[in-house]
Amino acid sequence: MSTSNQLLLEAKEVTKYFGTITALENVNLKIHAGECLGVVGDNGAGKTTLMKVLSGLYKPSSGSLFFDGKQQVLESPKDSQNLGLEMVYQDLALAGNLPIGENIFLGREPTRNLGLFKLLDFKKIKELTDAHLGKLKINVKSADQKVEELSGGQRQAVAIARSTAFNAKVVIMDEPTAALAIKEVGKVLDLINSLKKTGVGVIVISHRMDDIFAVCDRVMALFQGTNFAESELSNTSRDEVIGWIMGKK
Amino acid sequence: MDNGKKIIMENKDQEKNSLYLKLIPYFDRYGILLLLLIMIVVMHFLQPDVFLSWRNVTNIFKQISWQSMLALGVFMVIVTAGIDLSVGSIMMLSLMILAIVAKAGAPWFIVVLTPLVAGFLCGLFNGMGITLLRMPHPFIMTLGTLYIFRGAGNLISGGTPISGFTDEVRYLGHGRIDLTWLGLEKSQYLPVSLVLIAIVYIIFWIFMNHTRTGKWIYAIGGNPNAARASGVNVNKILVIVYSLCGFLSGIGALILAGRADSGYPNAGLQSELDAIAACIIGGASFFGGRGTVLGVFAGVMIMGILRNGLNLMDVSSFWQQVLIGSIIVLAVYVDVLRRDLGTRK
Repeated sequence: MSTSNQLLLEAKEVTKYFGTITALENVNLKIHAGECLGVVGDNGAGKTTLMKVLSGLYKPSSGSLFFDGKQQVLESPKDSQNLGLEMVYQDLALAGNLPIGENIFLGREPTRNLGLFKLLDFKKIKELTDAHLGKLKINVKSADQKVEELSGGQRQAVAIARSTAFNAKVVIMDEPTAALAIKEVGKVLDLINSLKKTGVGVIVISHRMDDIFAVCDRVMALFQGTNFAESELSNTSRDEVIGWIMGKK
Repeated sequence: MDNGKKIIMENKDQEKNSLYLKLIPYFDRYGILLLLLIMIVVMHFLQPDVFLSWRNVTNIFKQISWQSMLALGVFMVIVTAGIDLSVGSIMMLSLMILAIVAKAGAPWFIVVLTPLVAGFLCGLFNGMGITLLRMPHPFIMTLGTLYIFRGAGNLISGGTPISGFTDEVRYLGHGRIDLTWLGLEKSQYLPVSLVLIAIVYIIFWIFMNHTRTGKWIYAIGGNPNAARASGVNVNKILVIVYSLCGFLSGIGALILAGRADSGYPNAGLQSELDAIAACIIGGASFFGGRGTVLGVFAGVMIMGILRNGLNLMDVSSFWQQVLIGSIIVLAVYVDVLRRDLGTRK
């Protein structure tokens, strides 16, 4: 597993309050090109909040974000997308009533001009979808199939396909295997490994040690909204990481 | 073990439902038109001399003209998983403003614009309230404005009818397109309102199916979190949808002004319920994300034909209410069955 040194994203001293509740306190995070970082922690440790801060869905109460070494202030998920950061949500964030292709391009649909008006270019959506799914070796009957007709694993694959359709540099995956049948977990992990090879930095949030130890190069643990421990995967063990989750070193 | 079981079950279900699954998309798209066709055939056999006569058919279109505008507006709102109870009141307020402006002697092109602007602003008010005031559900905001707009309409008019508009103002609701140049008789004219319905429905069909904003409206109804995460400004789209709904209610007011030649306090009373009913019969789902412009049109037509046909047969309006109510329940039950078949849980 090669880890190039190029730093893609860095979060420094990120703090987030919700009213009187402190969800994150001075949390730091780094992700390099071609690297997979595992983020672990108990429920309420602040993993999801941290990811939502990185993607621009939440504004941090204090702290700063650096994309490619440049400090950035994110106003919305659109800003982080433009900087090359994509998020695959735990609830998959797909619209079940729309076809696969339209989900992949949701919010960024290709259009063609018809006089003054911009109309959707369905042909292009289909072509791009077929090409992209083919590149990631994702098998579905047709790009026109509605997402609600797919299995959990296929939906996860579509969600990952969507995140990488626009030359993402960093992809964040929140519990990518939680909702999947066992036979589908391997396929998603394979997909993560092939993403790494293309130079994408992947952040995986997971409860499953199997997943973390199958794809990650580095693991960091959050505990009660703070950085608790961090290590190269080769220097730690499952039992130690499980201990971190429970707040024991 | 659990997963193995699930996979086997899925395969079984697939085999059992494969034929249904293949038919569902077609049924989805054209089932409602089939129902409409059946109704037309049945009515034709029940009233062979009258029902399909030129006079009666144009009459049906004239009767549904303004309702079809309200239904189209409510449809877009329902696709976002919202509801607009205020369309009848928006139409009444817009109509009253039109009547007052007309009576004040404004030129006709100003008069015809007033209900459109008024309707749009009412819808904008709804949209702003729902998003900025963060109302827990659009039902509450639009229930409030149902009273507010009708009250305002009565306040500005003193609660009395204002009648008598010029032909230009009445053109969209009352105008006739002469077809004698086609060799038809003088009585075989085309109502302008029919042409207006066609144009408005085609424009909104393109809007809903072939523009990004239209797709996002469906996406918001399917999963608002997905839309938000994809960078769609959900609140902005909602404001647009409620504003357009108000605008269409304003068009409804303009048509009604032509038809009734009067602004009257009871205009559009309970018509929000007719609009919702037409959407539901036409296959729009209350859960959002589902429904077509063509379906809404069919829903409006079904209600129009039912009322017209039952009137022709001298059936009391009480029976009409019972029948329309039954069709709503039946249509939604079909939707429930289809959801069970069409999606994996």
